[in-house]
Amino acid sequence: MEELVNLFHGFAVALQPYNIMLMVLGIVLGVIIGVLPGLGGANGVAILLPLTFSMSPTSAIIMLSCIYWGALFGGAITSILFNIPGEPWSVATTFDGYPMAQQGKAGEALTAAFTSSFVGALFAVIMITLVAPLVASFALQFGPAEKFAVYFLAFCSFVGLSKEPPFKTIAAMMIGFALAAVGLDSITGQLRLTFGVTHLLNGFDFLIAVIGLFGIGEILLTMEEGLAFRGGKAKIDLRVVLQTWKELPKYWMTSLRSCFIGCWMGITPAGATPASFMSYGIAKRVAKNGKNFGKGEIEGVVAPETAAHAAGTAALLPMLSLGVPGSPTAAVLLGGLLIWGLQPGPMLFVEQKEFVWGLIASMYLGNLVGLIVVLTCVPIFAAILRVPFSIIAPLILVLCAIGAYSVHSSTFDVMLMLVFGAIGYLLKKCNYPLAPLVLAIVLGDKAEEAFRQSLLGSQGSFGIFLSNPLVSTIMILGLIALFWSVIQEGYTRLRGTVAGPGSRAA
Amino acid sequence: MKRSAYLAFGTIAALCASGIVAPATAAWEPVRPVEFIIPAGTGGGADQMARTIQGIVTKHNLMKQPLVVINKSGGAGGEGFLDVKGSAGNPHKIIITLSNLFTTPLATGIPFNWKDLTPVAMLALDEFVLWVNADKPYKTVKDYVDAVKAAPAGTIKMGGTGSKQEDQIITVAVEKATGARFTYIPYKGGGEVAVQLVGNHVDSTVNNPIEAVAQWRGGKLRPLCVFDAQRMAYDEPIADGKAWKDIPTCKSEGLDMEYLMLRGIFMSPRATKDQVEYYIELFKKVRATPEWQEFMKSGAFNTTFLTGADYAKWLEVEEKRHQALMKDAGFLASGN
Repeated sequence: MEELVNLFHGFAVALQPYNIMLMVLGIVLGVIIGVLPGLGGANGVAILLPLTFSMSPTSAIIMLSCIYWGALFGGAITSILFNIPGEPWSVATTFDGYPMAQQGKAGEALTAAFTSSFVGALFAVIMITLVAPLVASFALQFGPAEKFAVYFLAFCSFVGLSKEPPFKTIAAMMIGFALAAVGLDSITGQLRLTFGVTHLLNGFDFLIAVIGLFGIGEILLTMEEGLAFRGGKAKIDLRVVLQTWKELPKYWMTSLRSCFIGCWMGITPAGATPASFMSYGIAKRVAKNGKNFGKGEIEGVVAPETAAHAAGTAALLPMLSLGVPGSPTAAVLLGGLLIWGLQPGPMLFVEQKEFVWGLIASMYLGNLVGLIVVLTCVPIFAAILRVPFSIIAPLILVLCAIGAYSVHSSTFDVMLMLVFGAIGYLLKKCNYPLAPLVLAIVLGDKAEEAFRQSLLGSQGSFGIFLSNPLVSTIMILGLIALFWSVIQEGYTRLRGTVAGPGSRAA
Repeated sequence: MKRSAYLAFGTIAALCASGIVAPATAAWEPVRPVEFIIPAGTGGGADQMARTIQGIVTKHNLMKQPLVVINKSGGAGGEGFLDVKGSAGNPHKIIITLSNLFTTPLATGIPFNWKDLTPVAMLALDEFVLWVNADKPYKTVKDYVDAVKAAPAGTIKMGGTGSKQEDQIITVAVEKATGARFTYIPYKGGGEVAVQLVGNHVDSTVNNPIEAVAQWRGGKLRPLCVFDAQRMAYDEPIADGKAWKDIPTCKSEGLDMEYLMLRGIFMSPRATKDQVEYYIELFKKVRATPEWQEFMKSGAFNTTFLTGADYAKWLEVEEKRHQALMKDAGFLASGN
């Protein structure tokens, strides 16, 4: 009950005209940041952080968190329109969002993405409001073994639940793991696979790989197929938005499931990226139209966007209550908190009530403002698709190059991006899925680190991965996901019904 | 009320400072934005300090050109050091360092030594504290050391930031001093280490004060001793009426180890005297602001400030010491 009183007090703070103005400003800046690949939320918040030093901490966090929401919304725009994910968690959105745009349904895809993001965030904020104190102690149970189990589950659900041939998925994943291994080995402190090249000290940045594999690779494919941008006939107006809204409630089950996956992954500091992948993978397997996933199914946009936004929002909870940032953007926000003289941690909820509840209230309002801002802009975004390909392609190339450059301000990265573009083109031609490769680059080194930390702690015994109910449950879920096809086949055979032979061919 | 008084005082002090040094700053001034390199990731101790400095410089208008913070964390900071080393004669690039100034080249064998850079100033020294979970029975260093010794070798887990860096060097030194054996588990960041200790996934840590203070205040962690020659200076109570000042030194508790981490500033090679002088004056102004003093207090920093020959001499001694400590621990790369 006391929480509710605090929340209403928070609304009073967030609803001051000055703060609402900051909210709108933050969202608009965030969307711009999210649209530019490479200039991710973390960089954007970092660049704009000094602007907020003259504000009160509450106003400052409202503005910065709105930049964060804006970036989360904005990441979906380039994913859907150009197949270039602006942020790691938007990768899964491209799988169905881009085909939809190609079919002239960009407006529907964008509306679905924005609305799902909003639903996911709203769910996570409600969760934060209700269970903030409980969640902190749950997150504490996550040691290296539990973290590894979560990553294991993400990888397994990708191999087992994907409709691609499992060995091609595994092959692509292994390339990703190899790329993720380059750079500093954080367990021994030694450099690996750098061959004395300074540029490789930092390993392969996920963003450069993604911009190349997806953005450049896509342009190469489109060029080969005749320089036509296939989304040209998109009809966009408010009617499309309303029609999409009418259609969305049909997917409430996917939405709800994705919300849970997102919140869970956001709190256990696994983050938005595995959440979006996992949610997409499960939706693909469970949904009625699952076999059409990847060809422009609206549900394939709903699932990852809902989960990513729920996870992105929920990730702020461990940051506030434990001081552990769940994402790079949260890490920069954490730096901001310290500068404003606030010490994140268990005592923040006790000592800085106005700040915490002002922030939580601004999460509700910020996401609402965000939804309105991006939805009103849908026609503008979608109009981009009517520009001829011969004009838009060079622009995308420039955008990709700027994005790749701005990650580390290095021209070497731009070259690297072009190499990844060629690799992406070849892999697509040979029908290797790109998503597992990207997943492995993003999570590979984290999974390895958690795995080796666990084994260090257990003195080399693998028993640690089954040592308590929490970690065993996640590991077993992972194994079930991995062998899902086999299990399903065995089950249907046991029942004596013959599964349609076409069901696995796709 | 009190805060605004501080602020006014700080502003006046800053104005005075800038007035006094006006002739010196006229000699050289940045003509384009200055890159401030952090050889570590976002959210860590060096990152927090650099971003605080950036905030102070912006807020108090201490520079005519913007100060742009850039993280180059690859290869345990090697990426950042090599970048600055490769920018000889570019006075618009400065770098904040931590102990990886010494440990990274020694452990990885990258071609870099602090003498490649131009030392500007030591801003502060970061303390290290031995922490245990508050639920554990050990109240003193002796309780803890006895428990570690009694446990089978390697079953006590020490968590720390990075591998073959300061936290592991201290761990090895504690092993030497006590004869106990730990299993050292490296994590990416200090905040994560503190939380792993709260969750009982490791048994002790040597976190910097700023990384663990929130958990101490929350009653989750207990500090046992500080790895410094004297107690920390801050006497404001943090938890249970205890202040940083009440934490005994490890030496006085029978654990003979001292370690402080450099938070210092360097410029690219071949900087002129005027250019170094400009940055020294800039950081003197930063140190005079109330925000900086607040930051020092929140992280219980040792506020030693050194420049010029004193700073170079300190670096010389520390480099030798790191070489010796890391050689003892077997952490040197094969090339060294």
